Amino acid sequence: MVTLSCADLSTREVNAALAALPDGGHAVVTEPRGRHNLAVGLTNEITVDIAGNAGYFIGGLCDGPDVTVDGFVGWSIGENLMRGTIRVRGDASECAGASSHGGTIVIEGDASLRAGISLKGGTVLIGGDAGNMAGFMAQAGTMLIGGDAGDGLGDSLYEAVIYVGGRIASLGADARVEELTADDVTAVKELLALAGFDHVDPLGVTRVASARELYHFDSVAHRVP
Amino acid sequence: MCGIVGLQLRDADLRPRLGALVSDMLVCLTERGPDSAGLALYADDLPAACVRYSVRADAADVDWSRLVGALEDELGEVVDVSHTYGSSAVLASRADDAAVLDGLARLLPSAVVVGYGHALEIFKDVGAPSEITERFRAATRGGYQAVGHTRMATESAVTTGGSHPFSPVADLCLVHNGSFSNYATVRRRLADAGASFDTENDSEVAARHIARNLADGAALGDALRLVLDDLDGFFTLLVTTATEFAVVRDPFACKPAVIAEHDRYVAMASEYHALAGLPGIDDADVFEPMPEEVHVWSR
Repeated sequence: MVTLSCADLSTREVNAALAALPDGGHAVVTEPRGRHNLAVGLTNEITVDIAGNAGYFIGGLCDGPDVTVDGFVGWSIGENLMRGTIRVRGDASECAGASSHGGTIVIEGDASLRAGISLKGGTVLIGGDAGNMAGFMAQAGTMLIGGDAGDGLGDSLYEAVIYVGGRIASLGADARVEELTADDVTAVKELLALAGFDHVDPLGVTRVASARELYHFDSVAHRVP
Repeated sequence: MCGIVGLQLRDADLRPRLGALVSDMLVCLTERGPDSAGLALYADDLPAACVRYSVRADAADVDWSRLVGALEDELGEVVDVSHTYGSSAVLASRADDAAVLDGLARLLPSAVVVGYGHALEIFKDVGAPSEITERFRAATRGGYQAVGHTRMATESAVTTGGSHPFSPVADLCLVHNGSFSNYATVRRRLADAGASFDTENDSEVAARHIARNLADGAALGDALRLVLDDLDGFFTLLVTTATEFAVVRDPFACKPAVIAEHDRYVAMASEYHALAGLPGIDDADVFEPMPEEVHVWSR
Protein backbone atom coordinates (compact mmCIF):
# COMPACT_ATOMS: atom_id res chain seq x y z
CA MET A 1 0.00 0.00 0.00
CA VAL A 2 1.21 3.49 -0.86
CA THR A 3 0.45 6.57 1.24
CA LEU A 4 0.35 9.90 -0.56
CA SER A 5 -0.04 13.02 1.58
CA CYS A 6 -1.60 16.12 0.05
CA ALA A 7 0.31 18.10 2.68
CA ASP A 8 3.55 17.16 0.90
CA LEU A 9 2.53 16.57 -2.70
CA SER A 10 0.94 18.67 -5.43
CA THR A 11 -2.21 17.37 -7.10
CA ARG A 12 -0.18 16.46 -10.19
CA GLU A 13 2.29 14.50 -8.06
CA VAL A 14 -0.51 12.60 -6.33
CA ASN A 15 -2.19 11.76 -9.63
CA ALA A 16 1.08 10.77 -11.31
CA ALA A 17 1.89 8.43 -8.41
CA LEU A 18 -1.59 6.90 -8.63
CA ALA A 19 -1.32 6.45 -12.40
CA ALA A 20 2.02 4.67 -11.98
CA LEU A 21 0.59 1.93 -9.74
CA PRO A 22 0.12 -1.54 -11.27
CA ASP A 23 -3.34 -3.08 -11.48
CA GLY A 24 -4.36 -4.38 -8.08
CA GLY A 25 -2.43 -1.60 -6.32
CA HIS A 26 -3.77 0.26 -3.32
CA ALA A 27 -3.12 3.86 -2.31
CA VAL A 28 -4.30 6.03 0.57
CA VAL A 29 -4.41 9.77 -0.07
CA THR A 30 -4.13 11.62 3.23
CA GLU A 31 -4.89 15.20 4.29
CA PRO A 32 -6.95 16.06 1.21
CA ARG A 33 -8.45 19.10 2.99
CA GLY A 34 -10.83 19.87 0.15
CA ARG A 35 -8.22 19.41 -2.61
CA HIS A 36 -9.67 19.38 -6.15
CA ASN A 37 -8.95 16.94 -8.99
CA LEU A 38 -7.67 14.02 -6.94
CA ALA A 39 -7.58 10.60 -8.64
CA VAL A 40 -8.60 11.91 -12.06
CA GLY A 41 -7.89 10.30 -15.41
CA LEU A 42 -6.73 6.96 -13.99
CA THR A 43 -6.92 3.96 -16.31
CA ASN A 44 -5.47 1.34 -13.96
CA GLU A 45 -7.55 -1.00 -11.83
CA ILE A 46 -6.40 0.18 -8.44
CA THR A 47 -8.04 1.02 -5.13
CA VAL A 48 -7.75 4.60 -3.89
CA ASP A 49 -8.88 5.67 -0.43
CA ILE A 50 -9.09 9.41 0.10
CA ALA A 51 -8.92 9.94 3.85
CA GLY A 52 -11.00 13.05 4.39
CA ASN A 53 -13.06 15.75 2.70
CA ALA A 54 -12.20 16.40 -0.92
CA GLY A 55 -12.95 19.08 -3.51
CA TYR A 56 -14.16 19.21 -7.10
CA PHE A 57 -13.96 16.58 -9.88
CA ILE A 58 -12.76 13.71 -7.66
CA GLY A 59 -12.34 10.56 -9.76
CA GLY A 60 -13.31 12.37 -12.94
CA LEU A 61 -12.48 10.82 -16.34
CA CYS A 62 -11.42 7.55 -14.73
CA ASP A 63 -11.54 4.22 -16.56
CA GLY A 64 -10.98 1.46 -14.05
CA PRO A 65 -10.16 2.35 -10.45
CA ASP A 66 -12.27 2.06 -7.31
CA VAL A 67 -12.08 5.33 -5.39
CA THR A 68 -13.54 5.93 -1.94
CA VAL A 69 -13.75 9.31 -0.23
CA ASP A 70 -14.10 9.14 3.54
CA GLY A 71 -15.78 12.51 3.86
CA PHE A 72 -17.76 14.97 1.76
CA VAL A 73 -16.90 16.20 -1.73
CA GLY A 74 -17.40 19.37 -3.76
CA TRP A 75 -18.85 19.75 -7.23
CA SER A 76 -18.79 17.18 -10.03
CA ILE A 77 -17.69 13.98 -8.31
CA GLY A 78 -16.91 11.41 -11.01
CA GLU A 79 -17.54 13.75 -13.90
CA ASN A 80 -17.25 11.87 -17.17
CA LEU A 81 -16.47 8.58 -15.42
CA MET A 82 -15.96 5.79 -17.96
CA ARG A 83 -15.53 2.69 -15.77
CA GLY A 84 -14.85 1.89 -12.12
CA THR A 85 -16.51 2.85 -8.85
CA ILE A 86 -16.45 6.04 -6.82
CA ARG A 87 -17.93 5.97 -3.33
CA VAL A 88 -18.47 9.04 -1.16
CA ARG A 89 -19.11 8.30 2.52
CA GLY A 90 -20.55 11.76 3.12
CA ASP A 91 -22.48 14.30 1.05
CA ALA A 92 -21.71 15.44 -2.47
CA SER A 93 -22.14 18.97 -3.84
CA GLU A 94 -23.57 19.87 -7.23
CA CYS A 95 -23.39 17.92 -10.49
CA ALA A 96 -22.50 14.53 -9.01
CA GLY A 97 -21.70 12.11 -11.81
CA ALA A 98 -22.18 14.72 -14.53
CA SER A 99 -21.85 13.21 -18.02
CA SER A 100 -20.56 9.88 -16.71
CA HIS A 101 -20.50 7.26 -19.47
CA GLY A 102 -20.06 4.17 -17.32
CA GLY A 103 -19.04 2.96 -13.91
CA THR A 104 -20.85 3.56 -10.64
CA ILE A 105 -20.93 6.55 -8.35
CA VAL A 106 -22.26 5.89 -4.85
CA ILE A 107 -23.05 8.80 -2.55
CA GLU A 108 -23.96 7.54 0.91
CA GLY A 109 -25.20 10.94 2.07
CA ASP A 110 -27.13 13.62 0.17
CA ALA A 111 -26.37 15.01 -3.26
CA SER A 112 -26.91 18.69 -4.06
CA LEU A 113 -28.40 20.14 -7.25
CA ARG A 114 -28.15 18.63 -10.74
CA ALA A 115 -26.91 15.19 -9.71
CA GLY A 116 -26.61 13.00 -12.81
CA ILE A 117 -26.84 15.96 -15.18
CA SER A 118 -26.31 14.81 -18.77
CA LEU A 119 -25.73 11.23 -17.64
CA LYS A 120 -24.48 9.22 -20.63
CA GLY A 121 -24.64 5.65 -19.40
CA GLY A 122 -23.21 5.73 -15.89
CA THR A 123 -24.93 4.71 -12.68
CA VAL A 124 -25.47 7.26 -9.90
CA LEU A 125 -26.72 5.89 -6.57
CA ILE A 126 -27.59 8.37 -3.81
CA GLY A 127 -28.45 7.09 -0.35
CA GLY A 128 -29.97 10.32 0.91
CA ASP A 129 -31.79 13.18 -0.77
CA ALA A 130 -31.03 14.79 -4.12
CA GLY A 131 -31.36 18.53 -4.78
CA ASN A 132 -33.25 20.24 -7.57
CA MET A 133 -32.88 19.25 -11.22
CA ALA A 134 -31.48 15.77 -10.62
CA GLY A 135 -31.08 13.86 -13.87
CA PHE A 136 -31.35 17.01 -15.99
CA MET A 137 -31.02 16.00 -19.67
CA ALA A 138 -29.77 12.55 -18.71
CA GLN A 139 -29.35 10.58 -21.91
CA ALA A 140 -28.60 7.05 -20.76
CA GLY A 141 -27.85 5.22 -17.55
CA THR A 142 -29.57 4.83 -14.20
CA MET A 143 -30.04 6.94 -11.11
CA LEU A 144 -31.34 5.85 -7.75
CA ILE A 145 -32.26 8.38 -5.08
CA GLY A 146 -32.85 6.65 -1.75
CA GLY A 147 -34.37 9.72 -0.09
CA ASP A 148 -36.36 12.61 -1.50
CA ALA A 149 -35.87 14.32 -4.86
CA GLY A 150 -36.06 18.11 -5.24
CA ASP A 151 -37.84 20.20 -7.85
CA GLY A 152 -37.56 19.58 -11.56
CA LEU A 153 -36.60 15.91 -11.33
CA GLY A 154 -35.62 14.43 -14.68
CA ASP A 155 -36.15 17.60 -16.71
CA SER A 156 -35.69 16.87 -20.43
CA LEU A 157 -34.79 13.22 -19.88
CA TYR A 158 -33.81 11.02 -22.79
CA GLU A 159 -33.27 7.29 -22.18
CA ALA A 160 -32.05 7.37 -18.57
CA VAL A 161 -34.28 6.01 -15.80
CA ILE A 162 -34.51 7.41 -12.28
CA TYR A 163 -35.76 5.47 -9.25
CA VAL A 164 -36.77 7.46 -6.17
CA GLY A 165 -37.30 5.92 -2.73
CA GLY A 166 -38.77 9.01 -1.07
CA ARG A 167 -40.94 11.90 -2.18
CA ILE A 168 -40.55 13.88 -5.38
CA ALA A 169 -40.99 17.65 -4.93
CA SER A 170 -41.84 18.09 -8.62
CA LEU A 171 -41.09 16.57 -11.99
CA GLY A 172 -39.25 18.51 -14.67
CA ALA A 173 -40.47 19.10 -18.20
CA ASP A 174 -41.16 15.87 -20.09
CA ALA A 175 -40.50 13.61 -17.08
CA ARG A 176 -43.25 11.27 -15.95
CA VAL A 177 -43.88 8.61 -13.34
CA GLU A 178 -44.19 5.16 -14.89
CA GLU A 179 -45.47 1.87 -13.58
CA LEU A 180 -42.88 -0.17 -11.70
CA THR A 181 -42.40 -3.51 -13.45
CA ALA A 182 -40.92 -6.74 -12.12
CA ASP A 183 -37.81 -5.99 -14.17
CA ASP A 184 -37.54 -2.61 -12.42
CA VAL A 185 -37.76 -4.25 -9.00
CA THR A 186 -35.01 -6.70 -9.99
CA ALA A 187 -32.89 -3.83 -11.30
CA VAL A 188 -33.40 -1.79 -8.11
CA LYS A 189 -32.48 -4.78 -5.94
CA GLU A 190 -29.23 -5.09 -7.88
CA LEU A 191 -28.52 -1.37 -7.57
CA LEU A 192 -29.16 -1.44 -3.82
CA ALA A 193 -26.84 -4.42 -3.43
CA LEU A 194 -24.19 -2.63 -5.49
CA ALA A 195 -24.46 0.45 -3.28
CA GLY A 196 -24.80 -1.48 -0.04
CA PHE A 197 -28.01 0.40 0.79
CA ASP A 198 -30.47 -1.44 3.02
CA HIS A 199 -32.83 1.45 3.79
CA VAL A 200 -34.75 1.47 0.49
CA ASP A 201 -37.70 -0.83 -0.30
CA PRO A 202 -37.27 -1.99 -3.93
CA LEU A 203 -41.02 -2.48 -4.22
CA GLY A 204 -41.71 1.03 -2.95
CA VAL A 205 -39.61 3.12 -5.35
CA THR A 206 -41.03 5.44 -7.99
CA ARG A 207 -39.85 5.03 -11.57
CA VAL A 208 -39.34 8.26 -13.51
CA ALA A 209 -38.58 8.27 -17.23
CA SER A 210 -39.05 10.44 -20.30
CA ALA A 211 -42.60 11.13 -21.51
CA ARG A 212 -41.05 11.62 -24.97
CA GLU A 213 -43.05 14.74 -25.70
CA LEU A 214 -39.89 16.77 -26.18
CA TYR A 215 -37.56 13.95 -27.08
CA HIS A 216 -38.22 12.21 -30.38
CA PHE A 217 -36.17 11.70 -33.47
CA ASP A 218 -38.93 10.35 -35.70
CA SER A 219 -38.56 12.91 -38.47
CA VAL A 220 -41.05 11.13 -40.73
CA ALA A 221 -43.85 11.25 -38.17
CA HIS A 222 -43.23 14.93 -37.54
CA ARG A 223 -42.72 16.00 -41.15
CA VAL A 224 -44.75 19.00 -42.21
CA PRO A 225 -46.79 17.87 -45.20
CA MET B 1 -15.66 32.59 -11.65
CA CYS B 2 -14.61 34.83 -8.67
CA GLY B 3 -14.00 33.66 -5.13
CA ILE B 4 -15.66 34.83 -1.95
CA VAL B 5 -14.62 34.37 1.67
CA GLY B 6 -16.03 35.71 4.92
CA LEU B 7 -15.60 35.27 8.62
CA GLN B 8 -17.65 36.50 11.56
CA LEU B 9 -15.91 35.74 14.84
CA ARG B 10 -17.80 34.59 17.91
CA ASP B 11 -14.72 33.97 20.04
CA ALA B 12 -12.94 37.22 20.96
CA ASP B 13 -9.67 35.30 21.35
CA LEU B 14 -9.55 34.91 17.56
CA ARG B 15 -9.83 38.66 16.89
CA PRO B 16 -6.11 39.41 16.68
CA ARG B 17 -5.86 36.67 14.01
CA LEU B 18 -8.78 37.88 11.85
CA GLY B 19 -6.67 39.43 9.09
CA ALA B 20 -4.29 36.46 8.93
CA LEU B 21 -7.14 33.92 8.81
CA VAL B 22 -9.09 35.71 6.11
CA SER B 23 -5.96 36.43 4.04
CA ASP B 24 -5.13 32.72 3.98
CA MET B 25 -8.72 31.91 3.02
CA LEU B 26 -8.63 34.41 0.16
CA VAL B 27 -5.25 33.31 -1.20
CA CYS B 28 -6.64 29.75 -1.28
CA LEU B 29 -9.18 30.87 -3.90
CA THR B 30 -6.71 32.64 -6.21
CA GLU B 31 -7.48 30.20 -9.04
CA ARG B 32 -11.09 31.37 -9.06
CA GLY B 33 -10.06 34.80 -10.32
CA PRO B 34 -6.68 36.37 -9.97
CA ASP B 35 -7.25 39.74 -11.65
CA SER B 36 -8.27 41.86 -8.64
CA ALA B 37 -8.80 41.30 -4.95
CA GLY B 38 -10.12 43.07 -1.92
CA LEU B 39 -10.79 42.69 1.76
CA ALA B 40 -13.14 44.36 4.20
CA LEU B 41 -12.31 44.27 7.90
CA TYR B 42 -14.68 45.23 10.68
CA ALA B 43 -13.21 46.31 14.02
CA ASP B 44 -14.74 48.04 17.02
CA ASP B 45 -11.63 49.86 18.18
CA LEU B 46 -12.81 53.38 17.34
CA PRO B 47 -14.36 55.69 19.96
CA ALA B 48 -18.12 56.19 19.65
CA ALA B 49 -19.29 58.55 16.89
CA CYS B 50 -15.97 58.22 15.10
CA VAL B 51 -16.03 57.10 11.44
CA ARG B 52 -13.17 55.65 9.40
CA TYR B 53 -12.75 56.33 5.70
CA SER B 54 -10.88 54.01 3.37
CA VAL B 55 -9.54 56.36 0.73
CA ARG B 56 -7.80 55.58 -2.52
CA ALA B 57 -6.17 58.36 -4.49
CA ASP B 58 -5.55 57.82 -8.17
CA ALA B 59 -2.39 59.89 -7.87
CA ALA B 60 1.16 59.06 -6.87
CA ASP B 61 2.92 60.72 -3.92
CA VAL B 62 -0.11 61.89 -2.00
CA ASP B 63 1.01 63.94 1.01
CA TRP B 64 -1.49 62.49 3.46
CA SER B 65 -0.40 64.61 6.44
CA ARG B 66 -0.83 67.81 4.42
CA LEU B 67 -4.22 66.65 3.16
CA VAL B 68 -5.35 65.78 6.67
CA GLY B 69 -4.19 69.18 7.93
CA ALA B 70 -6.26 70.94 5.28
CA LEU B 71 -9.23 68.69 6.06
CA GLU B 72 -8.97 69.45 9.81
CA ASP B 73 -8.89 73.19 9.06
CA GLU B 74 -12.09 72.86 7.05
CA LEU B 75 -13.94 70.59 9.43
CA GLY B 76 -12.72 72.06 12.71
CA GLU B 77 -12.32 68.47 13.93
CA VAL B 78 -9.36 66.12 14.36
CA VAL B 79 -8.70 63.73 11.50
CA ASP B 80 -6.41 60.79 12.26
CA VAL B 81 -4.49 58.79 9.69
CA SER B 82 -4.64 55.24 10.97
CA HIS B 83 -2.87 53.57 8.04
CA THR B 84 -1.29 54.59 4.76
CA TYR B 85 -0.47 52.21 1.94
CA GLY B 86 1.12 54.31 -0.81
CA SER B 87 -1.74 55.98 -2.58
CA SER B 88 -4.32 54.56 -0.16
CA ALA B 89 -5.01 55.58 3.41
CA VAL B 90 -7.46 55.05 6.22
CA LEU B 91 -8.60 58.24 7.95
CA ALA B 92 -10.76 58.55 11.04
CA SER B 93 -12.74 61.49 12.38
CA ARG B 94 -15.68 62.45 14.56
CA ALA B 95 -16.74 65.10 12.05
CA ASP B 96 -20.05 64.73 10.21
CA ASP B 97 -19.53 62.09 7.52
CA ALA B 98 -21.16 64.10 4.74
CA ALA B 99 -18.77 66.99 5.48
CA VAL B 100 -15.75 64.68 5.46
CA LEU B 101 -16.77 63.09 2.15
CA ASP B 102 -17.40 66.53 0.65
CA GLY B 103 -14.09 67.90 1.97
CA LEU B 104 -12.14 64.96 0.62
CA ALA B 105 -13.72 65.30 -2.80
CA ARG B 106 -12.67 68.97 -2.99
CA LEU B 107 -9.19 68.76 -1.43
CA LEU B 108 -8.15 65.56 -3.23
CA PRO B 109 -10.17 65.38 -6.46
CA SER B 110 -8.62 62.02 -7.39
CA ALA B 111 -9.80 60.51 -4.10
CA VAL B 112 -12.25 57.65 -4.09
CA VAL B 113 -13.73 56.60 -0.76
CA VAL B 114 -13.93 52.84 -1.25
CA GLY B 115 -15.75 52.36 2.04
CA TYR B 116 -16.51 54.08 5.30
CA GLY B 117 -18.23 53.44 8.58
CA HIS B 118 -17.70 53.17 12.28
CA ALA B 119 -16.38 49.62 11.95
CA LEU B 120 -15.57 49.03 8.28
CA GLU B 121 -12.26 49.35 6.48
CA ILE B 122 -11.80 48.25 2.85
CA PHE B 123 -8.76 47.77 0.69
CA LYS B 124 -8.97 46.51 -2.85
CA ASP B 125 -7.02 46.78 -6.06
CA VAL B 126 -6.05 45.13 -9.31
CA GLY B 127 -3.76 42.18 -8.62
CA ALA B 128 -3.71 38.68 -7.19
CA PRO B 129 -4.93 38.06 -3.62
CA SER B 130 -1.41 37.49 -2.26
CA GLU B 131 -0.22 40.83 -3.71
CA ILE B 132 -3.18 42.72 -2.31
CA THR B 133 -3.12 41.17 1.15
CA GLU B 134 0.64 41.82 1.42
CA ARG B 135 0.41 45.39 0.13
CA PHE B 136 -2.19 46.22 2.75
CA ARG B 137 -0.47 44.16 5.50
CA ALA B 138 -3.79 42.41 6.07
CA ALA B 139 -2.30 39.54 8.08
CA THR B 140 -1.30 41.97 10.84
CA ARG B 141 -4.83 43.28 11.31
CA GLY B 142 -7.41 42.28 13.87
CA GLY B 143 -11.15 42.73 14.07
CA TYR B 144 -14.40 40.84 14.50
CA GLN B 145 -15.63 40.32 10.95
CA ALA B 146 -14.05 40.14 7.51
CA VAL B 147 -15.02 39.68 3.89
CA GLY B 148 -12.76 38.95 0.94
CA HIS B 149 -13.11 38.65 -2.82
CA THR B 150 -10.91 37.62 -5.69
CA ARG B 151 -12.19 38.59 -9.10
CA MET B 152 -12.40 37.18 -12.57
CA ALA B 153 -13.97 40.11 -14.37
CA THR B 154 -16.92 39.46 -16.67
CA GLU B 155 -19.36 42.38 -16.62
CA SER B 156 -16.98 45.32 -16.35
CA ALA B 157 -13.31 46.15 -16.84
CA VAL B 158 -10.44 45.08 -14.62
CA THR B 159 -10.03 48.26 -12.59
CA THR B 160 -9.67 49.10 -8.92
CA GLY B 161 -13.18 50.53 -9.02
CA GLY B 162 -14.54 47.33 -10.49
CA SER B 163 -12.94 45.19 -7.81
CA HIS B 164 -14.85 44.03 -4.76
CA PRO B 165 -16.01 44.60 -2.00
CA PHE B 166 -18.61 47.25 -2.83
CA SER B 167 -19.63 49.51 0.00
CA PRO B 168 -22.14 52.15 -1.06
CA VAL B 169 -23.13 53.30 2.44
CA ALA B 170 -21.60 53.24 5.90
CA ASP B 171 -20.60 49.79 7.17
CA LEU B 172 -22.40 47.91 4.37
CA CYS B 173 -20.27 45.59 2.28
CA LEU B 174 -21.11 43.26 -0.62
CA VAL B 175 -19.09 40.69 -2.51
CA HIS B 176 -20.51 38.79 -5.47
CA ASN B 177 -19.62 35.68 -7.41
CA GLY B 178 -21.53 35.51 -10.66
CA SER B 179 -23.07 37.95 -13.10
CA PHE B 180 -26.37 39.77 -13.25
CA SER B 181 -28.15 39.83 -16.59
CA ASN B 182 -30.67 42.66 -16.03
CA TYR B 183 -28.46 45.01 -14.04
CA ALA B 184 -28.65 47.85 -16.58
CA THR B 185 -32.43 47.95 -16.14
CA VAL B 186 -32.20 47.86 -12.36
CA ARG B 187 -29.48 50.53 -12.42
CA ARG B 188 -31.72 52.85 -14.50
CA ARG B 189 -34.55 52.29 -12.05
CA LEU B 190 -32.32 53.06 -9.06
CA ALA B 191 -30.83 56.09 -10.84
CA ASP B 192 -34.33 57.40 -11.57
CA ALA B 193 -34.96 57.13 -7.83
CA GLY B 194 -31.87 59.22 -7.09
CA ALA B 195 -29.01 56.73 -6.77
CA SER B 196 -25.63 57.57 -8.27
CA PHE B 197 -23.10 54.98 -9.39
CA ASP B 198 -19.30 54.97 -9.24
CA THR B 199 -18.68 52.21 -11.80
CA GLU B 200 -20.15 50.24 -14.69
CA ASN B 201 -20.04 47.12 -12.54
CA ASP B 202 -23.06 44.82 -12.14
CA SER B 203 -22.27 44.00 -8.51
CA GLU B 204 -22.39 47.70 -7.57
CA VAL B 205 -26.02 47.67 -8.73
CA ALA B 206 -26.82 44.88 -6.27
CA ALA B 207 -24.99 46.73 -3.49
CA ARG B 208 -26.98 49.92 -4.14
CA HIS B 209 -30.22 47.97 -4.48
CA ILE B 210 -29.64 46.51 -1.01
CA ALA B 211 -28.54 49.89 0.40
CA ARG B 212 -31.74 51.48 -0.92
CA ASN B 213 -33.96 48.87 0.72
CA LEU B 214 -32.05 49.05 4.01
CA ALA B 215 -32.46 52.84 3.95
CA ASP B 216 -36.19 52.29 3.40
CA GLY B 217 -36.30 50.24 6.59
CA ALA B 218 -35.92 46.66 5.34
CA ALA B 219 -34.07 44.16 7.49
CA LEU B 220 -30.96 42.75 5.80
CA GLY B 221 -32.60 39.37 5.16
CA ASP B 222 -35.58 41.06 3.51
CA ALA B 223 -33.26 43.26 1.42
CA LEU B 224 -31.66 40.06 0.09
CA ARG B 225 -35.11 38.60 -0.69
CA LEU B 226 -35.81 41.75 -2.71
CA VAL B 227 -32.62 41.06 -4.68
CA LEU B 228 -34.13 37.67 -5.57
CA ASP B 229 -37.28 39.49 -6.76
CA ASP B 230 -35.55 42.14 -8.86
CA LEU B 231 -32.16 40.92 -10.07
CA ASP B 232 -31.82 38.14 -12.62
CA GLY B 233 -28.64 36.17 -13.12
CA PHE B 234 -26.12 34.01 -11.38
CA PHE B 235 -25.09 35.00 -7.92
CA THR B 236 -23.78 34.00 -4.60
CA LEU B 237 -23.75 37.14 -2.45
CA LEU B 238 -22.10 37.67 0.91
CA VAL B 239 -23.39 40.88 2.44
CA THR B 240 -22.30 42.31 5.79
CA THR B 241 -23.21 45.20 8.04
CA ALA B 242 -21.57 46.21 11.30
CA THR B 243 -23.61 43.53 13.06
CA GLU B 244 -24.76 41.05 10.41
CA PHE B 245 -23.30 38.49 8.03
CA ALA B 246 -25.63 37.20 5.31
CA VAL B 247 -25.50 34.83 2.33
CA VAL B 248 -27.91 34.26 -0.56
CA ARG B 249 -27.70 32.21 -3.77
CA ASP B 250 -29.64 32.53 -7.02
CA PRO B 251 -32.62 30.24 -7.76
CA PHE B 252 -30.42 27.79 -9.68
CA ALA B 253 -27.49 27.86 -7.23
CA CYS B 254 -25.21 28.38 -10.20
CA LYS B 255 -22.34 29.65 -8.06
CA PRO B 256 -20.91 27.74 -5.15
CA ALA B 257 -21.04 28.52 -1.45
CA VAL B 258 -19.98 26.57 1.62
CA ILE B 259 -20.71 27.68 5.17
CA ALA B 260 -19.00 26.47 8.34
CA GLU B 261 -20.67 27.20 11.66
CA HIS B 262 -18.51 26.72 14.71
CA ASP B 263 -18.74 27.83 18.33
CA ARG B 264 -15.88 30.22 17.58
CA TYR B 265 -17.03 31.62 14.20
CA VAL B 266 -19.29 31.57 11.18
CA ALA B 267 -17.29 31.24 7.99
CA MET B 268 -18.26 31.23 4.33
CA ALA B 269 -16.24 30.47 1.20
CA SER B 270 -16.84 29.62 -2.44
CA GLU B 271 -14.96 26.35 -1.96
CA TYR B 272 -14.41 24.20 1.12
CA HIS B 273 -10.62 24.11 0.93
CA ALA B 274 -10.57 27.81 1.83
CA LEU B 275 -12.23 26.86 5.12
CA ALA B 276 -10.09 23.78 5.76
CA GLY B 277 -7.36 25.75 7.53
CA LEU B 278 -9.67 27.40 10.08
CA PRO B 279 -9.14 26.41 13.71
CA GLY B 280 -11.35 23.50 14.74
CA ILE B 281 -12.88 23.12 11.26
CA ASP B 282 -13.39 19.38 11.80
CA ASP B 283 -15.83 20.22 14.61
CA ALA B 284 -17.76 22.78 12.53
CA ASP B 285 -21.17 22.21 10.97
CA VAL B 286 -20.31 22.49 7.27
CA PHE B 287 -23.16 22.90 4.79
CA GLU B 288 -24.17 24.49 1.51
CA PRO B 289 -26.95 27.08 1.46
CA MET B 290 -29.70 25.98 -0.92
CA PRO B 291 -30.99 28.17 -3.77
CA GLU B 292 -32.95 31.25 -2.67
CA GLU B 293 -32.29 30.54 1.01
CA VAL B 294 -31.32 33.66 2.92
CA HIS B 295 -28.99 33.03 5.84
CA VAL B 296 -28.28 35.85 8.30
CA TRP B 297 -26.05 35.69 11.37
CA SER B 298 -25.96 38.52 13.90
CA ARG B 299 -23.14 39.14 16.29
